[in-house]
Amino acid sequence: MTAALIIDLTLWGSVAALAFLVWRRGRVVLVSAAREGTMDFINIVPRIGLGVIGSGYIAAVIPQEVITGWLGPDSGWLGVLAAVLAGAATPGGPVVGFSIGAVALKVGGGPPQVIAYVVAWALFAFQRLILWEIPFMPAKFVWFRAAVSVPFPFLAAALAMAIGKP
Amino acid sequence: MIMIGVLVAVSATLVWRRDGIDGVLEILTHDLALFGGILPRVLAGCLLGAFITEVLPHEKVSRSLGPNSGLKGLLIGTAFGAILPGGPFTAYPVAAALLTVGADFGATIAMVVSWTLIGYGRAVAWELPILGVDFTLWRIVISLPIPVLAGALGRFVFVQMYPKGEPTS
Repeated sequence: MTAALIIDLTLWGSVAALAFLVWRRGRVVLVSAAREGTMDFINIVPRIGLGVIGSGYIAAVIPQEVITGWLGPDSGWLGVLAAVLAGAATPGGPVVGFSIGAVALKVGGGPPQVIAYVVAWALFAFQRLILWEIPFMPAKFVWFRAAVSVPFPFLAAALAMAIGKP
Repeated sequence: MIMIGVLVAVSATLVWRRDGIDGVLEILTHDLALFGGILPRVLAGCLLGAFITEVLPHEKVSRSLGPNSGLKGLLIGTAFGAILPGGPFTAYPVAAALLTVGADFGATIAMVVSWTLIGYGRAVAWELPILGVDFTLWRIVISLPIPVLAGALGRFVFVQMYPKGEPTS
C-alpha cells in the first residue's frame, strides 16, 4: 500500500514539475501539451482496457505448473532455452513471473535457468509487448527491440554459470 | 489488436467452460478493479510523455542520445531508465517521447531495457519480497551490462538494415 502511494506521489510530482517547466514557456504551450497528452490517453485506454481485463483470462488458461516444469533442475543449456521460451510465454503481471521463478527455485530449478527465465520475461514477455509496449510506442521499434534482446537471457545465464551465483 | 481480442475471447470461453459463469465474473471484477486503479497512472504517464516532448530541447537530445552519441548516449539512456519512476505506464510513453525528440533506436533500447532489468521500481516492489535479496541482487548485478550491450547491438543492426537512415513509413 505504501509502495503504491510512493509510486503515485513521485509520478504526479514529476508530472507537476514538468508541467511547471512547460508553463514557463507560456500558458498556450502548456494547454496544447496537456491536450495532446490527454488525447494519447483517450486513444490508449481501450487497448489497455482490453489488455488488463483480458490478461486475467489468458493467465487463467495457461497453467503455471506447465511453465514451472520447463525450468527443471540441472537442465543445462536446453533448460536455459526452455526457460527463455517460458519467460516469453508467461502471461500476467509482475507477481506471476516472479512467483513462477520462486516456485521453480523451490522445486529444484537451476539458478542460471531461473535467471534466464526472469530476464527473458522482463525483456520480452509476449503479453507485455502487445498489451503495454505496442499501444504506447511505434510497433516497428517494439519488434526491433524485442529481436535484439533475444541473446541477453542466454548471456545472463552464462554469466550466472561462470560466477557460480546466485 | 484484433488478435488480442480473439485470444481473450477464446481464453474467456475456456474459463467459462471450465469454471462456469462464476469463474468468468470473478476474473472480470478483479481485472476491472485493477484497470480502475491503473487508469490515473496511465493518464499521468501520457501527460509526462507529452510534457517531456515539449520541454526537452530536440537539438540537445539528438546530440546526446542520437545515432552519433556513441557509448555516452547508451550510458545516458541506461542511467535514465534505471532512475525513471513508475511502471510501464510511465516508461513507454517517456521512451516514445524520447524517440520523437531525436533519440535513436539504440539509446531508446538501452533506456527501455535498463528500466525493465535494473530499474528499482519492480525489483523493490515485487522481486525482493518474492525471490529474496540474494537472488535479486545477483540477478541485477548480472543484468548490469545488458542495457548498454542491447543498445549497441540495436544500433549496429539498425545501421545494417537502414544504411540511409530510418524509412519514412
